This record gives sequence, structure tokens and C-alpha cells, in this order.
Amino acid sequence: MDYNRVFVSKVRRLIVVFALFSAFLGFTTGAFAQTDSVAAAGHEVVAPVTHGEEHGKEEKGFDITSFIFHHISDSHFFTLFGHGDHGVTLHLPIILWTDNGLVTFSSSAFQFDDAGKVVVEKNGQRFAIAHNKIYYANATADAHGSYVSHVTNEKGEETVTNVRPLDFSITKNVFSMLLSIIILVIVFTTVAAGYKKRAGKAPKGVQSFLEPIILFVRDDIARPNLGHKYAAFMPYLLSVFFFIWLNNMLGLVPFFPGGANVTGNIALTVVLAAATFLITTFKANKYYWGHILNPPVPWWLKPLMIPVEIFGMFTKPIALAIRLFANITAGHILVMSLLCLIFIFNSYAVAPASIFFAVFIGLIEFLVAFIQAFIFTILSALFIGMAVEEHH
Amino acid sequence: MDLLIPEVGLLVWNTIAFLVLVFLLGKFAWKPIMKGIHDREQSIDEALNKAELARQEMARLSSQNEELMKQAREERDQILKEAKALKDGIVNEAKTQAQAEGAKLIEKARIEIENQKKAALAELKGQVSALSLDIAERVLRTQLDDKAKQQELVNNLLKDVELN
Repeated sequence: MDYNRVFVSKVRRLIVVFALFSAFLGFTTGAFAQTDSVAAAGHEVVAPVTHGEEHGKEEKGFDITSFIFHHISDSHFFTLFGHGDHGVTLHLPIILWTDNGLVTFSSSAFQFDDAGKVVVEKNGQRFAIAHNKIYYANATADAHGSYVSHVTNEKGEETVTNVRPLDFSITKNVFSMLLSIIILVIVFTTVAAGYKKRAGKAPKGVQSFLEPIILFVRDDIARPNLGHKYAAFMPYLLSVFFFIWLNNMLGLVPFFPGGANVTGNIALTVVLAAATFLITTFKANKYYWGHILNPPVPWWLKPLMIPVEIFGMFTKPIALAIRLFANITAGHILVMSLLCLIFIFNSYAVAPASIFFAVFIGLIEFLVAFIQAFIFTILSALFIGMAVEEHH
Repeated sequence: MDLLIPEVGLLVWNTIAFLVLVFLLGKFAWKPIMKGIHDREQSIDEALNKAELARQEMARLSSQNEELMKQAREERDQILKEAKALKDGIVNEAKTQAQAEGAKLIEKARIEIENQKKAALAELKGQVSALSLDIAERVLRTQLDDKAKQQELVNNLLKDVELN
């Protein structure tokens, strides 16, 4: 469709953005390469140590892969500092929809277990936790003392075969996201109050800090892509932009209440992309559907183009979801990998370089946090704009 | 691959939370904020437009003033010119009138002189005739006495005439 508008009117700005973006992509691929080699090295070292023994005995090796993936995945605990019993941990509530109805208890019942060794009995049902997921526990423990059954495939990845209840727990991600929502609502109602109190006057305080960003969303994201129909989509675009941005930034804060990988979790990006998809689909006008169901191509190309266009309706939001998830997750993996170099080389000497690069990447991540929020929002605006565009 | 499979619980929470966020912010934040920004932009635009209008009005007024000044100046010149013409007219008229009057006076004087002259001549004629008669009488009276005496008498008479 008509990409010209974006690629002509915003050429200079987009060049900057994409330059940064591609620079970041360079780093990211580097990071993945590094992670892969790290993972390979980690597996070599850790190969004899099974997961069940990892927590049981004192650490012989350092399993980088599981360490990093533990950090970027969701959790039922929120560690403020320290580790396990020696630290301070916020135990989040566990809410399960089981065969016998709703079951709730505190995650402290699992005593920091993550290998299915602790069984919690509630409502005549037994639960165990492994890899941050709650399963119905087996009646007896296996040789490693775990109450869940593992299957290990030829790559050495183990999966748990037990049945899971539906898990509606307030996890670290949910907690962090709710917190970000509270922050957003408080901040922006304050800003709104400022507009009411100082109607027609210059902005002040937090209002003057956020107004340029709001205007940026309106003038550089919504208006170029949506034209005069922008006003109806401003609430969605602004909400998405600030929600993604704040959660990206919170994800970069290494301590409580940050540190949860909210926007780097596919569950969130899928929801956001689905919202864009639904708005695009339900607000679409006849020109949009005409373009999909009767594309302006020679008749013999139509059997080919119509499926492609229909496929394209879905690939766009899927790409949105994957892009945000992959970028944020990659950033987290990168920082963690750099810090893990210290443990891989098992030497303090590596620490300065490691920390220097981690800080450097951290600064780039600040930029990426904004850029990814911007890209998600501008692409949402672009897709919606394509759907509501009037043809003459 | 765990990373790519969304957790059902998280999906549910995220959906609810995001919808609530969009609703809350849309109702209590974005609406008043966008309205505030829009209103302010409009009032700024309006103020700028008004300033522009005022500027134009000022320019219009000052050009009008200029026009009025010019007009007043022209009027003044016109009036001065008229006054001058009027004055010249009056002076000229007075002059011609005075000349006419003078001429009339001179004419009158001339006629008077003429009359006086005529009267004087008539009187002179009378006196000359009386004198002539007188001389003639005296001549005729003496003529009878002596010739020399007659001559002498005539001479004396003539002398008398000259003395007269």
C-alpha cells in the first residue's frame, strides 16, 4: 500500500532511527552469537550437572543459559536483594484454576524451590513448581527427589510432562505491569489536572516534561499516518507508547520494583499487537478490504495476491509482537551475558571490561527502550492509517 | 522455545490490565490532556490572528491619518489661494473705482474752469467795451481843443490802459 507518506515525509528522522536500530541489531546479533557460544561452553562445563542437583549441591559450574533465562522469564517471587533464604523476597500470590476450582496461596509455600521438590497441598490437590511453572505433583518423588516427571530430548533440553492447572497468579510480570499502570494513571491524571488548573497557560512541572512527548506522539506518529482522523486513535496510541516505554525502562532498572521483563515477554507483546490488529480490522473501510479481496493487479495474479494480502493482515501484527519481544529480550540477554563473562572466565580481572560494556549497552538500551516504543506506536499508526485511509 | 509460547494466565492479566489502562487513561487523562492542548493551541492561534488584525488595523488607521493630513493641507492651500484671489480682486476694484472717481473730479474741475473762464472773458469783454466807450468819449471831447493836446491825451489814455 502507500508507504510513501512515511518514507518521504519522515525520511530524515527515519534514517536516524533506522541507523540506530541497525546499529543495535548489529549488537544484538553479536549478542546472540556470544550467547550461543556461551551456552555451548556452559553446556560443556555443566553437562554432568543435572538440573536437580544444581541447587542441592554447592555450585560446581555456572550454568549461564539457565541463569540468563531464569532472569528474563517470569517468576512467582520478586527478589529485592540477596538470594533465597538469605535475601529479602516478595512472595507473590499464586492463583490457580484447578480441576476442583480456585486455589490460592502464597508462593512462600514453595520455599524457593524450582525443581519440583516441594509439594504444596491445597484443596486435596498437590502442586509442585519447576522452572517457574506450577504442575500437579506426582504421588512419589523420583531419584532426584523431584515430584515432576522430566523428559530429556536429544539436545539435552528437559521438559516436564506433568499436567498444569490454569495459572492466574500475580507473577513478577503481572505485579510489575500493574505497578506500571498505577504509575501511568497517577502521572497522567496529575498532568490532566494541570491542564484543567492552568487552562490555556504554559505547562508546568511534570506536565511540561511530558507535553513534548505527547505532542511528539501526536505530530510525528499519529498525524503523518492517520491524517485528519488521528484524534480518535490518540488515546490508544498514547497509551501504547507510554505503556511500552515505561515498562521498557522499568525492565532496565536492575532492582525492585524494576527488573521484570514485561515487554520482553511474548504474552504482553501479543496482547498489544492483537489490540492493533483488532483496531485495524474493525476500523477498516471498504478501500482496505477492497485492496485485500480485490487487489489492483492483473486478473491472473489475483489468485496469488489475495492469499498473500490476507496473509499480510496477520503477519503485520505478528511482526509487531515479535519485534518488541525480541528486541527487549535480546537487550536483557546481552547485558546478562556481558556480566556473566566474569563467571565464565572466573576472574575479577574481567570485571572492569565486563561492567564497562554492560554500562555501555545499558545506555544503548535506554535509547532502545524509547525507539521500540516509538516503532511499535508508529507502525500501529501506520497499519491503522492504511486501514482508514480514503482513496480519491 | 518456552519464551515464544505465551502463558495463558499472563495473557489474561495483560489483556485485562491493558484494557483497564486504555480506559482509565482515555477517560481521565488523554481526553482532558488533548482537549487542554487543543484549546491552548487554538487560543494561541486566535491571539496571533487577533494581533495580526490589530496590526493591519493600525496600518490602515495610520494610512487614513496620512490621507486626512494630506487632504487638510490641500484644503488649506485652496483656502489661502482663494483668499489671495479675493484680496487681489478687492484691491483692483478699489483701484479702478478710485481712478474713475478721480477722472470724474478732474472733469468737473475742468468744466468749472471752463465756465469761470467764459465768465471772466464775458466780464472782460464788458469792461473792454466800457473802457473803449470811455476812451472814445474822452477823445471826442478833447479833439476839439488842440491837436497836440489830443495826441497827448491819446498817449495818456493808452498809458492808463496799460496800467489797467
